[in-house]
Formats: sequence, C-alpha cells, structure tokens
Amino acid sequence: MGTATTEKTKGAEGAEAIRAILEAHPGAGRDALIPVLQEVQEQQGFLSKEAVVQIGRHLKLPASKIYGVATFYNQFRFQPKGKYHIMLCRGTACHVKGSQRLLSSIVKLLNLQPGQTSRDRLFSLEVVACMGACGLAPVVSVNGEFYAKVTPRKLAEMIQECRQKERGDVSN
Amino acid sequence: MFEIEVDGRKIQANEGETILTVLRREGVQVPTLCFMEGLLPSGACRMCVVEAEGMPALVPSCSYPAAAGMKLKTRSPKVLAARRTVLELLMANHPDDCLYCSRSGKCDLQNLSQEMGIRGRRFPATRTPQDADVSSPSIVRDPEKCVLCGKCVRVCEEIQGVSAIDFVGRGSRAHVGTAFDQGLNVSSCVNCGQCILACPTGALAERSYIDQVIAALADPSKTVVVQHAPAVSVTLAEEFGVKPGKDVDGQMVAALRRVGFKRVFDTSFTADLTIMEEGSELVHRVQTGGALPMLTSCSPGWIKFIEQFYPDLLPNVSTCKSPQQMMGALIKSFWAEREKIDPASIVSVSIMPCTAKKFECSREEMGRGGVADVDYVLTTRELGQLLRIFGVDVATIAPETADTPFGERTTAGKIFGASGGVMEAAVRTAHVLITGQEMGDLKIQPLRGQKGIKELHAKIGDLEVGAAVASGLANARKLLDEVRAGRKDLQFIEIMTCPGGCVGGGGQPIGTDQAKVRARMGALYQIDRDEASRVSHKNQHVQRLYQEFLGKPLGEKSHHLLHTHYQKREVLI
Repeated sequence: MGTATTEKTKGAEGAEAIRAILEAHPGAGRDALIPVLQEVQEQQGFLSKEAVVQIGRHLKLPASKIYGVATFYNQFRFQPKGKYHIMLCRGTACHVKGSQRLLSSIVKLLNLQPGQTSRDRLFSLEVVACMGACGLAPVVSVNGEFYAKVTPRKLAEMIQECRQKERGDVSN
Repeated sequence: MFEIEVDGRKIQANEGETILTVLRREGVQVPTLCFMEGLLPSGACRMCVVEAEGMPALVPSCSYPAAAGMKLKTRSPKVLAARRTVLELLMANHPDDCLYCSRSGKCDLQNLSQEMGIRGRRFPATRTPQDADVSSPSIVRDPEKCVLCGKCVRVCEEIQGVSAIDFVGRGSRAHVGTAFDQGLNVSSCVNCGQCILACPTGALAERSYIDQVIAALADPSKTVVVQHAPAVSVTLAEEFGVKPGKDVDGQMVAALRRVGFKRVFDTSFTADLTIMEEGSELVHRVQTGGALPMLTSCSPGWIKFIEQFYPDLLPNVSTCKSPQQMMGALIKSFWAEREKIDPASIVSVSIMPCTAKKFECSREEMGRGGVADVDYVLTTRELGQLLRIFGVDVATIAPETADTPFGERTTAGKIFGASGGVMEAAVRTAHVLITGQEMGDLKIQPLRGQKGIKELHAKIGDLEVGAAVASGLANARKLLDEVRAGRKDLQFIEIMTCPGGCVGGGGQPIGTDQAKVRARMGALYQIDRDEASRVSHKNQHVQRLYQEFLGKPLGEKSHHLLHTHYQKREVLI
C-alpha cells in the first residue's frame, strides 16, 4: 500500500513537471511534438501513457499519433530505465566484431527486448547505432561506463557483478 | 482545360486534376491499393505508377497533377514491370492462406494478383510472425495480412475523427497499431468498422459470431429469435451479386425462418417506438428546460465517441436505448412473459449493418439480472455467409412477413437506415405533437442526401424548429464544437457514426462506396414513397404495446426497459 501511495505521488509530481514543460510551449501544435517528447523524456526518463495523453491534450494530437511518431525514433523509450541501464552498440564496427551475438546473449540472459526494463526494475536494455568508440568494438556501456571488446562470457560476468552488488546492497 | 497525351491518344484534362482522375474518366484502368475516393492521396502503395516523358522516374498517378503537354504511358514494359514488382514484394510478406481467408474473393490484393497473372512467389522471404488482435468484441485485426496501405488509419482519422490507430515503428517493424500497442478494446476505437470497409485485404474483419448462432439454432433447449435492422434488407442482395438498391425484405424474412429462427422481428418496429419515446423526451426537455439540443442515441459507435471525447455533452444525449436494444429488452420481458418462456432460455440474435452493435449488446447496462438483452449480433456480411452455409437461396424464395407483435413497421421506422431518417421520422411525429395535425407533405428534402451535415430550419405551428443531422464522426465533431461554443438555434441533432448512415455501416457488404450508399438510400426512400403507413405514431402494434404493457411514453416501464444512461469513458485518446 505504501508503494501505491508513492507511485501516486510520483505520478502527480510527474504530471506537474510535464505541465511546466508544456507551458514553455504555449499554443504549440504538431510541429513541436518531437522537442516536447525529448524534453519530457529528459525529465521523466521515459514516456509514460499518462505523459503521452497529457502531451496530446496540449498539442491537440491523438495518443496513437504520438506513439506512432515516438516509435519511429530509437531515442524514445516507454518504460522507465532500470537501475542498470545497458547500452549495446550495433554500429558497423561493433557488428563486424560480433555485437549481434552479444545482443542475442543479453536478450537471453535478462529475458529482455531492446527498449524494455526487467520487472524488478534492475536492468534496462537499449540498442544504439554507434557510441563513437569503434576502436574498442564491440562496446557495451552500463550506466555510462564503457566496457571494451566485450564477449558473451564477459557480458555474463558483468551482469553477474551487478546482481551480486544488488545482493550486497540488500544485506547491508 | 488542356490536353495531355496518354498512350499516344490525346485527351482533355482540367487544372488541378490528378493523372488518375483523368485516366479513370477516359476509361483507362489503373490498379490502386491505397487510393481513396474523396480523401487526399497518400501515394503509399505505388501500384498506380505511370511513365511520364521527360521525368526521371515513374510517377504515382493518384497524387501527381496532370499538366499541359504531358505525355504518359500507362502500359509500357517499365510500368507493367514496376506494378508487378510492387505486388510481388507485398506478397513476399503476405500469408498464402487465401483458402481460409474471410476476404477471399473480395480481396484487392488477391484480385490484383489474378489480374496481373502472377503465378508464383518470386521473393521467398521469411514472413514476420505477428499476433492478431482479438480483444475487441467487434473487430479482429490480423497484422500479418496488412499491406500498410494506411487506408484504415486515414478513414479512422479523416472520416471518423477518432484516430484510434496509426503507423507504429519503422522499416521492417512498421505496423498499424493503437497507442502503446494495446488491444483495440481498451483503445479509443468506437467499433464502427469503417476500417474494415476500407481495408484492401483480410487484415481487418468483424468478430464473427456465426458459429455461436448455428450452435444455438441446433440446441433444442433454446428459443432462438432474430431481429433485422432497417438498413439490412436493402443491402443483403448485394452479398448475392445483385446490384445495389434492391430491397429483399420479404425474402430475407423467409430466409431467416428457413434457417430456423423461431420468430423474425423487424427492428424498424422499435425504430417507430424510439420515435414515440424520443419525441416525448424532446418535448419534455423543451417544456422543462432540459439539456438542449438533444442528441440521438441510436448509433453505438457515436455513443462511445461522445463518452470518450465530449463527456461534457452527455446530458444532451437522449436516454433512449437504440432500436436494437429496445427490441432486445422487449423480447426478454414482454414477449417472454406472453409466450411463457424463461428469458434465460431465449437466444436473441440481431442482424445489423453494424460492427459497433456487437459492442453495444455487450455493454453492462444492456440487460437485466445477468441476462443480456441481445446475445449475438451478425452483420449483413455474416448473414450472407450464414445463408450460404445453410444453402438458402434469397433469389428464389417466396417473400414472407415478419412476426407479431414486433413485425409491423411504418416507413418512418424504415428510413432510420439512412442518415437524416431518424430526424425526418421525428419531425413527422413532432408535427402532430405540436400542432395536432399531420404534415401535408411528409417528404423533408433538406434532411435527405449524402451531405455530411444537413440542417432543417422550419416553423412548426408557432415553434421555430432547428434540427441538424451529421454522419461520419468527423462531421459530428464540427457540430459538437459549435454547440460547445454556444450555438443556440438547434433543438435536436441526429448523429450517425457511418457516412450516409446505416446503409453505409461498417457491417455492410465489402466494396461499399458512396455510389452504392446512394443507391441503398434510394431503395429506402422508394419504400417510403410506395407505402401508405408513413408516420411512427400510427404504428398499430406500437400503440397496442403501449396499451397492453408499457402504459405511456416515458412511463415507468419505458424508463425501466427502454431507457439507459451513459458515462464518461477513460481511454487513451
């Protein structure tokens, strides 16, 4: 019950924050959609259903249209980021160096598709086109920290480490 | 006016016309998939390409304006190869299950493949498996059969002003979906089914209840009765290849009996009843200062629409149930009592031109004590299917009349099937309620025809009457926005979800277009011209129903059985 209340307060705060963003775009129409989506995601970490409805009311756009636009671009996500946000590079150099194998193993290890967050909110996965570190290919980053020349085995160890850290946190 | 050359022939074109318009007028057949009459072209499918001299690439004729001196080739090898390749690429990601497809025989993709003589799969690509959305009580979406032409998206947005669906994702993952890819049942979809009529393939279809109806008919413990809507008798023949505009009311009644329904009732009877109740409600509102303008409530797509988008205007909606639900309620109360049948053992089926009626009959408030008033709704298309399954030939069967006590109808109830018909029927009866006299000429021309919004301003007795009629929910939006903005000259507004009203309903035969809608309307007004009983208040059986059972319009029994309430609906809009 405590959690429910927190979620509710969070929701109200979120709506307030989004309102502030929307107020900075008075009288905006559909051409303002992408900047607004970017600002809301920046603030909230993702685009919630409530946020999309709220944006739609302001810009006079149906939710389906906003969802359509947002899913066209890789940058928008619809679930909150996990405690460990994993970015996997699928750029050319990383592809040549075997990032497809990394992707399949991470999907299997975490039971997650790109764009999703695990149910315990611990991990989230994002696939990006290039991180500009091609010399280190294949590259994976966890919460902004880069890991070079990653192999599926190394990846499994990284995830294991995160989980161990979590267990430590809990026992502390 | 200027000249262009098409395949070596000189033809005339007008400023602002697209190449396709000119070609079609001249009898040059150009295949299309995404083209929609009356809407802005999208140029998505590329089936309609032609070669224009001096242009570097083929041009889509649906969206390219004709220009003076243009030299076009519509059947050069380059054009034919391009069209063929477009089709073959679409088919590369399309299931090969035409044998089992609900759209087989009426599928644009299948027809084009036949017309172009395609005899094999040229691109053996692996198909993307996608789940069908079976969440809606009205509409089933199978994205595997979708060719991404976007017609459903456009009809939902531009004609209906709903925008429940749009293109989602990009590239090979692009698909048509709702906001957040949720089920249609929790989206802003109003179940109108116009997307089904627009769809060129089997990607959209009604949720069929034929199997359940056949099972009920075979169950000796059930009494299966049926009602049929005013707009079905003028379209059913099309399902059997007859050209639009033929009324087969009597044959349909006979066919329904042949199939095994115990009683065949006419929903036009409860349409007449609706006029009695709704007319009285309007008079009551005018006299007591109730919410005006009053809005009609027969069209369930429209009801869901207003619950979602204009909840502030819900007090203006008539509390009358739709004719389908009035009939349903009467069958399981008055008729069940009279025939001494347990309402729970009655299976009440209705034949509707409408997919939203399937949703309507499942609404919680449309029943009593856990027993739904209407159990299954079949569309005109499904009735065609049912009759074919049972081998009943509508063409040769001798006409019969519907059953008492809900079989008699006036032509006022019958014209409910056309946009403006409810209003025309209401004005005919209102004239008597206000002046005590019948109208001289019962035909009200301003309320007829295919215009999206029609208005009537007339003096009835001493009363200035303002009435408006809208069909297609985007048109309804225009009227409602005016009312919200304070427009005061209207007392009564009729709104039908589908363009042209029920004759253009989402449950009508595939291939419905504006010309067919016109022919079907013509058939309804022909009935109104030919028959003698043309005003709802003179329906003898409606009068008897009031005497024997209901008491008076808006009375306690009516309130209990024939009226309902609405509520604001939270969906992702």
